[in-house]
Amino acid sequence: MRVDEPLAAPGSLDPEAATITEAEERVSVAPQWQLMWWRFRKHKLALVSTALVILFYLVVAFADFLAYADPLASEAQRSLIAPQAVHLFDDGRLSPYVEGLVGTRDSLTFKRVYVVDPSVKVPLTFLPQGFAYKLFGVIPMDRHLIGVTGEGNTTENALFILGTDDQGRDQWSRLMYATQVSLLIGLVSVAMSLFLGVFVGGLSGYIGGTTDTVIQRVIEILRSIPTIPLWMGLAASVPRDWDIVRVFFVMTLIFSLFSWTELARVVRGRFLSLRHEDFVTAAELVGCSQFRIVFRHLVPSFLSHIIAATTLALPAIIIFETSLSFLGLGMRPPGLSWGVMLQAASNVQTAAVSPWLLLPAVPVTVAILAFNFLGDGLRDAADPYGV
Amino acid sequence: MVRRLILAIFTVIAISILSFLIIHLPPGDYVTTYIAEQAASGGTVSEQEAQNLRIQYGLDQPVYVQYAKWMGLIARGNFGMAMEYQLPVAQVIGDRLWLTVAVSTAALIFTWIVALPIGIYSAVRQHSILDYVFTFIGFIGLAIPNFLLALLVLYFGFKYFNANIGGLFKPEFADAPWSWAKLQDLLGHMPIPAIVLGMAATAAQIRIMRANLLDEKRKPYVVSARVRGLPEYRVILKYPVRVALNPFASTIGYTLPYIVSGSVIVSIVLSLPTVGPLLFKALIALDMFLAGTIILLLGVLTVVGTLLSDLLLMWLDPRIRLEG
Repeated sequence: MRVDEPLAAPGSLDPEAATITEAEERVSVAPQWQLMWWRFRKHKLALVSTALVILFYLVVAFADFLAYADPLASEAQRSLIAPQAVHLFDDGRLSPYVEGLVGTRDSLTFKRVYVVDPSVKVPLTFLPQGFAYKLFGVIPMDRHLIGVTGEGNTTENALFILGTDDQGRDQWSRLMYATQVSLLIGLVSVAMSLFLGVFVGGLSGYIGGTTDTVIQRVIEILRSIPTIPLWMGLAASVPRDWDIVRVFFVMTLIFSLFSWTELARVVRGRFLSLRHEDFVTAAELVGCSQFRIVFRHLVPSFLSHIIAATTLALPAIIIFETSLSFLGLGMRPPGLSWGVMLQAASNVQTAAVSPWLLLPAVPVTVAILAFNFLGDGLRDAADPYGV
Repeated sequence: MVRRLILAIFTVIAISILSFLIIHLPPGDYVTTYIAEQAASGGTVSEQEAQNLRIQYGLDQPVYVQYAKWMGLIARGNFGMAMEYQLPVAQVIGDRLWLTVAVSTAALIFTWIVALPIGIYSAVRQHSILDYVFTFIGFIGLAIPNFLLALLVLYFGFKYFNANIGGLFKPEFADAPWSWAKLQDLLGHMPIPAIVLGMAATAAQIRIMRANLLDEKRKPYVVSARVRGLPEYRVILKYPVRVALNPFASTIGYTLPYIVSGSVIVSIVLSLPTVGPLLFKALIALDMFLAGTIILLLGVLTVVGTLLSDLLLMWLDPRIRLEG
């Protein structure tokens, strides 16, 4: 049973022998969660991913604070401004600034365009006042993490860390809100998926018999058909005139349909392997209700596996949501999500001239990778007794 | 085998019910849409006319009767009318269905041709630099949604080669009747959609093959083959690879639906003339007869494809044959 460090052969006269037996002792008396943590710690990528996932959910919680502009405030004149480079040092002192923009008229198209003017320095300020919002939906605030000071909201004196989209909306601020929506959708959908999976899988595994056979065949059928066109059809029939909040909830429902089968399979497998364990029989003999047996005795014993499977289900939902929203069938403007943002880059000509529109691809990929690695690590840790 | 056939039949029935539900999901029916269309173009439809239309299309009957009627029509090859095009659905879909099959098959072939050798290599040379490179590429393949990959391919193609990579045909062949030259053009356009579509599945398959072979490689029969002095390539290829192939091959049942699903989205981004963009347009226009038919056809094709590949595997591998 190797959990932390490899153990030396017993009885060796190594001077370290004493500490090793101490380590061995530590392993044998450690509680389960401790063993899990030791196992999880060995998966370095999972550790890094944990940090990333925490970071992502900090963005979810503080999106309003991290954004510095209204994500929906459009201004035709500011369309497709390139990202501004942030200079950290000015004259060797720490004083971050961006180079100012100056508006000119394109001599060919007579359109108003903004070019960088290196002589103008727009200083960044820490915790400036900006548009008002409610933190966590309750605490009224108007401070933001960074921003620029100065009178008015002129383009010459504004900040565009990630540039603007075709309607002149600030990409950074939009990205913060999009991250909030996309990851919240993922979380809510996976929670509903989990509920469905535990319910159906539990039913299947605990009752067994014909119920089990029927449920298993249904799952098999669902897994053997191309489901994306199906759920696309479902998503498309959500009426166009619904408001964002309603669309959000219906979409999370549809997305949760996407991955419950896998979760149901995992739960059923666990139920089947535990149903005839002695502690279950004991509980039955003592006269526990079925409900109590399932939720008090069975579920806690495979909770860790379920958590791992749930984490691994998240990337699929994120991919699905992003794809559908990208096509305009999932979240729709004025709603925001990573897919909605990437829609701006769906025209290759536009994307070729303004490649920063493709930047939301980065958080999408990083989030999917992070959840995958985290899930991998959790799956390993869920069973700390194996090799 | 009989079990599989029965399950396939049930699957087809399930798909037909689901597609029928999709058709009936949006509020209103064909006639309300028709009235709205007529009103938009200035015409009017009287209450009597609407009633007649409803009776003509059987919309006044209960849902299960409508379903039975629909199935009856489909069995006779009549898929109904595509409202937006004012053409029979079968005619609107036309070649697109077969191009969908072609693209999905190409992606599947790509997945296998690439995943098999890389999986074997990664297992045999575990922890080598190339193994890590392949693992890394595999993770990227899993992490980039395929519409995004398609978008990036388009972007880089446009930016650095100044070429529009999308589509399956050169413009001059797009509407031309089938010919040898058109087929060649199609084959020339096939690699990019196949790679984009097959990327995620390939990554998953490499992981499966690698894990299987790593498990097999440590078994005593491999050691004994080696002890007898067999050349290394035979030790690996003749025994553990053949054992590891079985679970690898049986994943095709989940790979095909996955690829067909993806093809819908990738086709829209790469503007391939498959049923993907058609389905998308139909869904946006709420042309549910067309959409439902496409969903039904995609599902049935996938079931048939899976069944065919199962048969192929049975022919290849006696163990599956015996399992029944």
